[in-house]
Amino acid sequence: MKNSVLFLSVFVVTLQLSCAQNIENQVNTPSKVPFTPTLLIDELQIPWGMAFLPDGSMLVTEKTGSLIHFKNGRKTPIENVPDVYNRGQGGLLDIALHPDFEKNGWIYITYSSKEGEEKGGNTALVRAQLKDNALYNKELLYKAGPNTTKGQHFGSRIEFDSEGYLYFSVGDRGNRDVNPQDIQKDCGKIYRLFPDGRIPEDNPFVNEKGAKTAIYSYGHRNPQGLAKHPETGGIWNHEHGPRGGDELNIVKKGGNYGWPVITYGINYSGTSITDKTEMNGMEQPIHYWVPSIAPSGMSFVTSENYEGYKGNLLIGSLAFQYLERLVLEGEKVVKREKLLPGLGRVRDVKEGPDGLIYVAIEGKGIYKLVPKS
Amino acid sequence: MKVFIFLYFIGVLTVASLLHQQPTLEESMQRGKEIYTDFCVSCHLAEGEGVEGTFPPLAKSDYLMQHREASIRGVKFGQQGELVVNGQTYNGIMSPMGLEDAEIADVMNYILNSWGNQSDTIVSTEEVAEIKK
Repeated sequence: MKNSVLFLSVFVVTLQLSCAQNIENQVNTPSKVPFTPTLLIDELQIPWGMAFLPDGSMLVTEKTGSLIHFKNGRKTPIENVPDVYNRGQGGLLDIALHPDFEKNGWIYITYSSKEGEEKGGNTALVRAQLKDNALYNKELLYKAGPNTTKGQHFGSRIEFDSEGYLYFSVGDRGNRDVNPQDIQKDCGKIYRLFPDGRIPEDNPFVNEKGAKTAIYSYGHRNPQGLAKHPETGGIWNHEHGPRGGDELNIVKKGGNYGWPVITYGINYSGTSITDKTEMNGMEQPIHYWVPSIAPSGMSFVTSENYEGYKGNLLIGSLAFQYLERLVLEGEKVVKREKLLPGLGRVRDVKEGPDGLIYVAIEGKGIYKLVPKS
Repeated sequence: MKVFIFLYFIGVLTVASLLHQQPTLEESMQRGKEIYTDFCVSCHLAEGEGVEGTFPPLAKSDYLMQHREASIRGVKFGQQGELVVNGQTYNGIMSPMGLEDAEIADVMNYILNSWGNQSDTIVSTEEVAEIKK
């Protein structure tokens, strides 16, 4: 009996040690937060992306395909929005303004598009201008191919760096053994373009025969977060892992992020994908989540409006329905915190030009985090 | 004797129709499993267990068994608002998946006949087509 108790304790301790996450993977809900969440835009179904216009109004994409202009408390639908392939996780996805929007008026949108010959759809990037509540001068800048009727992993987020390059992501489209590791194929990639759609001559694979030269990094699964670090100017991404293994990465030129050769996750069925979590020539995440939080949307806090938050990273969680706050020391996650628990699936988070945080929640709408004075 | 022959033929026909339906259901479930892996598994999980309080379970779900039409409608047009499944209230949102009627029939047949669920009647494409918003 004594032996079995001893054995059991050893077993339990071993189990705990082997399953234990690093300290960084524990998440706590704070008792006090420096803001009050206020519902700013109500009655949205799946608000996917947000952009802030210079006049203080907002553009919000709804996954089902409508683009909404929110101004002075009123929602106006925008006309002439691209037709979306509304299947599975596809739809109208991210929206971003050109850094020089006030001069050139360009708005960038990613969406699932049927364009092309095969049945199905794939992720596209378009730019357009806004006039009289309609999009015009629409230009298709990139269309990933081939189309597929698969429902998963379209990505997609858009971000600009300090030099004016545009980055956007496309997920592996449910074809992990074919797409992510092959630079001659689209999907499972982060792309870099000039804002007019041209491919920069110093992109990493411009001299590789047969390569998709817009690719900037590869080996991604389904990146739905892209954000420019406010100090280093580097582009950070996060992506959905399978069961476990969501990742936070710093995007390097030509980097291979390993999917599906290395991962900290397993199949939904519980079977393993690979026994490798690292390999030479493949990038390690700076943080990974087990279990998966299903991350979507990402923003650095640059303002002083929320005590203790400056320099932190905010990320939405679809699976556990909260906003995650990551405290960083350089490139290391030192603390995780759960904000806005219980409001719903957090699809996007952005710091507005007013230095306030806006959060898009499915089935609710857009919340503004009003700082407590 | 006539009665016997009559009954015999009826018997043969019944068995034949059952034998005929069985592969149909199995084939439909097989296709449905692929749809499930593609569109449903990331929330409802591999054994239909769901996530308590967030994504309703499909395995041994009383709602699914008692509300066949509403379940199909949910898959076809999306689902929003309160829903009580096995005594627990869910208030989430499931967007319409953009599936074709035949695909919805297949995935419903898979769900209705997996993880301890059992349904007597097969879901047909026509049944799905008739369900309106």
